Amino acid sequence: MADHQHDASIEHLLRELAPQVLGAVARRFLDFSSAEDAVQEAMIAAFTQWPQEGVPDNPRGWLIQVACRRMTDQMRSEIARRERETAVAAETENLAFLLEIEADMDPDDTLILLFMCCHSALTPSSAIALTLRAVGGLTTAEIANAFLVPEATMAQRISRAKQSIKASGVPFRLPSPRERSERLPAVLHVLYLIFSEGYASSIGSHLQRLDLAREAIRLTRNTKTLLADNSEVAGLLALMLLTDARRAARTGPDEEIIPLDKQDRTLWDRAEISEGIELLTAALSKASVGLYQLQAAIAAVHDEAEKVEDTDWPQILALYELLKRVAPSPMVTLNHAIAAAMVQGPAKGLELLRALDSDPRIAGHYRLDAVRAHLLEKTGDYEAAIKHYRIAAARTTSIPERNYLMTQAAHLAGD
Amino acid sequence: MKYILMMTGKKSDFEGYARWSKEDIQANVSFMRAFSKELKDSGVFVSTEGLGWPSEAKLVRAGKNGEPIIDGVFPESKEFLAGYWIIDVESAEQAYKAAAQASQAPGPGGKPASMPIEVRPVLSGHADLGL
Amino acid sequence: MKYILLMSGTRAGVEGYHAWSKQDIEAHMAALQRINKELTASGEFFATQGLAEPSEAKVVRGEKNGVPVTDGIFPESKEFLLGYWIVDVASVERAYAIAGQISAAPGPGGKPTNMPIEVRQFSKP
Repeated sequence: MADHQHDASIEHLLRELAPQVLGAVARRFLDFSSAEDAVQEAMIAAFTQWPQEGVPDNPRGWLIQVACRRMTDQMRSEIARRERETAVAAETENLAFLLEIEADMDPDDTLILLFMCCHSALTPSSAIALTLRAVGGLTTAEIANAFLVPEATMAQRISRAKQSIKASGVPFRLPSPRERSERLPAVLHVLYLIFSEGYASSIGSHLQRLDLAREAIRLTRNTKTLLADNSEVAGLLALMLLTDARRAARTGPDEEIIPLDKQDRTLWDRAEISEGIELLTAALSKASVGLYQLQAAIAAVHDEAEKVEDTDWPQILALYELLKRVAPSPMVTLNHAIAAAMVQGPAKGLELLRALDSDPRIAGHYRLDAVRAHLLEKTGDYEAAIKHYRIAAARTTSIPERNYLMTQAAHLAGD
Repeated sequence: MKYILMMTGKKSDFEGYARWSKEDIQANVSFMRAFSKELKDSGVFVSTEGLGWPSEAKLVRAGKNGEPIIDGVFPESKEFLAGYWIIDVESAEQAYKAAAQASQAPGPGGKPASMPIEVRPVLSGHADLGL
Repeated sequence: MKYILLMSGTRAGVEGYHAWSKQDIEAHMAALQRINKELTASGEFFATQGLAEPSEAKVVRGEKNGVPVTDGIFPESKEFLLGYWIVDVASVERAYAIAGQISAAPGPGGKPTNMPIEVRQFSKP
């Protein structure tokens, strides 16, 4: 038991230190890609040695030293300018050199890494993988396991992501304030995807599956610390906490889905909800109102209702109307229709859905039929509801969703 | 998003394949290996399997007292799964492109066989947050 | 030894499944879940996947220039793969027994579906 806790705290320490070490080494050698590999190896060495030998007095310094040594070993085995090699090789054994690197460390290094890893040159899955490794300090195996792909595939994905970054010539420096505000949405989107894509079934898993939602929250917290004035980051963190708070109530014993209106709200995490609301209140007071703050505000209204019948739907509807103006999308329209149905009746909701029938972005998406079915059920048109539940069940790619939609249809058919 | 790419064949297709020239079989095998390798290099590979011959296939049904009923009788027209790839890609289009590539595996005389490859999403065990 | 256990169905069969009662669907799901848990506990579990429904299937052929040609047209009688299990077992009899269990999973009215499960070996690499 003590061993397990010891290992867990080492793991936590390594994850927090990883981006700091990577930042320092990448900045020194001006080679993000090789530095990333070297730091990864230093982490693995630490994870193997520290549980047995004890955590060093200066764990960060230890990691920097091991990573630098790895960097020069790599450089030695490449064809490079001899003089530079020997000079640097000699240096890395020099304590002063290492202390210099540590002294040179910039709290912004993690931010630089974050912007780098979420660069728009990368596909979403590449950005997610690279961010989890370089900024999250997770191992390739952990990331592979979380996404249910082989380790070799994940390693390749990360390697190619780093090549893309190299090819796009992104320098290792903090983007200017204007670049930052242009590129922050991409960063937030990656963090958001990590949060929402992290859930996986426990069937057949032998390893403790990494909790990606928790990782996303941790990374977003760190980002918020680095960008303290930014209300959208705070909004995203609030959204994650307010959504994660409902986790225990969201699935039943057989991993079946329990919809929001049927959840046992006593299982909601009130501490997370309080924190989310606190963050949100502070964020909203800062004038600008963005996509994540609005979504968080909607989640907060749901979470504040101790009983489902206490839900303030008119407020939710107003927030969706605002969201439709700030960040329109087919999903927002869908959710808006649900809210409208709760306030103005299901016929109104169905009317709003019609706008989506000709939208190619959502045509054929299971949620359109699922929401339509739900609203048709509310109007009492069971036959049409059953038909759409079944279409949605055929179209979803999620097993729990399919089971849910099928049993909804079956439930109506049985009445 | 994970997709499965499936190759099937009737018993007669398998028997035909077994009678290809050694060079043709080799070319086909090499192509398949190179295809899998390309999937691995591009970071999309999840798994691949080649299945045994249909003559070895068995059909099992639940019997009485928990004893399974086993037989090996299939209609001549049955399409047997010969093998599959599972890939993790950003879009359905990417999956179709990969399938089109696999479809061009060389057949008799080394010509691309243009085999039909069935493509379908693999279901995930997780739910949508609906955010 | 690894075996693959294949569960297939026609489009009509899948539509029929959609029309089962709520209890029947839940009982069927629970039985399959139970089998998965047992296989995990016994160490015989290797992999399982469920595939999207036949309505989502496409057939792709590569044109000469590599451009994919897709369509979703299949004969009515076509058996679609719905899902599979890969089990790592000590004997082929064990593979048949597991397949038999899957086949015995309850269907309409709680009676075993008796659906045929195809058992195949893998070819040697």
